Amino acid sequence: MNALDKVIINNLQENFPVCERPFTELSKKLNIEESVLLKRIQALLENGTLSRFGPLYNIEKLGGVYCLVAMRVPDNELDEVVAIINDYSEVAHNYERDHDFNIWFVLATESVSQIEEILEEIETKTGYKTYDMPKLEEFYVGLKFNA
Amino acid sequence: MELERIRFASEEKVTLDSIDQELIACIQNGLPITVRPYAEISQRTGMSEEDIIDRIAQLKEKGLIKRFGVVVRHHELGYKENAMIVWNVPDDDVHTIGEKIKRFPFITLCYRRARQLPEWPYNLYCMIHGKSRDNVLQLLQDMIDKNQWQDIPREILFSKRRFKQCAANYLTGSNLIQ
Repeated sequence: MNALDKVIINNLQENFPVCERPFTELSKKLNIEESVLLKRIQALLENGTLSRFGPLYNIEKLGGVYCLVAMRVPDNELDEVVAIINDYSEVAHNYERDHDFNIWFVLATESVSQIEEILEEIETKTGYKTYDMPKLEEFYVGLKFNA
Repeated sequence: MELERIRFASEEKVTLDSIDQELIACIQNGLPITVRPYAEISQRTGMSEEDIIDRIAQLKEKGLIKRFGVVVRHHELGYKENAMIVWNVPDDDVHTIGEKIKRFPFITLCYRRARQLPEWPYNLYCMIHGKSRDNVLQLLQDMIDKNQWQDIPREILFSKRRFKQCAANYLTGSNLIQ
């Protein structure tokens, strides 16, 4: 990662200008030639440092439903259970964690009933209970990272 | 059902017209990286560039777009350790403690969630992304010491493997975008 990449990552995680020529504005602010900036953002997307460039929506306000779900699965069955879970396109993230509750995934759907349906299906297919941890209050969602 | 009531109470919905819905679906996977990105979207959608700019500005203002910019893969930036710290806090204190936790600059997320008794007594979650486990543990310990939270029951769940990480594609579903 070079100095330019760091500037892009540390300055472009929010407040992308909404105007006719947003990159022109950014290039002036960051003192980088516009064509260089465009090429470098493209390169960071292609090499996987950036997952995308655009909006992060407030899904709940848009009418969607997010849910964090945990499961306790023996290690020797982990891969099999994960394959079943990941098969659902509604699964946005799925992590193994260092705990008795070892599978943690996030479901994103359009309704609570869909969450319930999917969880029932996963329980039937895997034979393990799902623990649904609905959000009651949001204190902070930053998820911004410095390079 | 109780969980349903809790979920729907947590966030007020906003009704969007069909043009906003189309726009939201069109840019959810990212903006074109060109000099005039909104003009390019205009060619795809038939909306005018000016209208697109206006509508995106409004979506930001209404809070439907939380953040607009590059989305980084933290793992690729060297933040290899992601710890979810879960706390069992008395219900009466959870708001105050959540508000305190979120002020620490290394905290990336902080939520109150429902318990799943009896197996899961934890009701407050926060995340620390760090470059090493020692680094994460040190940050956490500093926060605990500063606030004298030594006695609050808690557990640290470090991530081991990332099985899946993608932008959810709920926005193209039939109920939301028609």
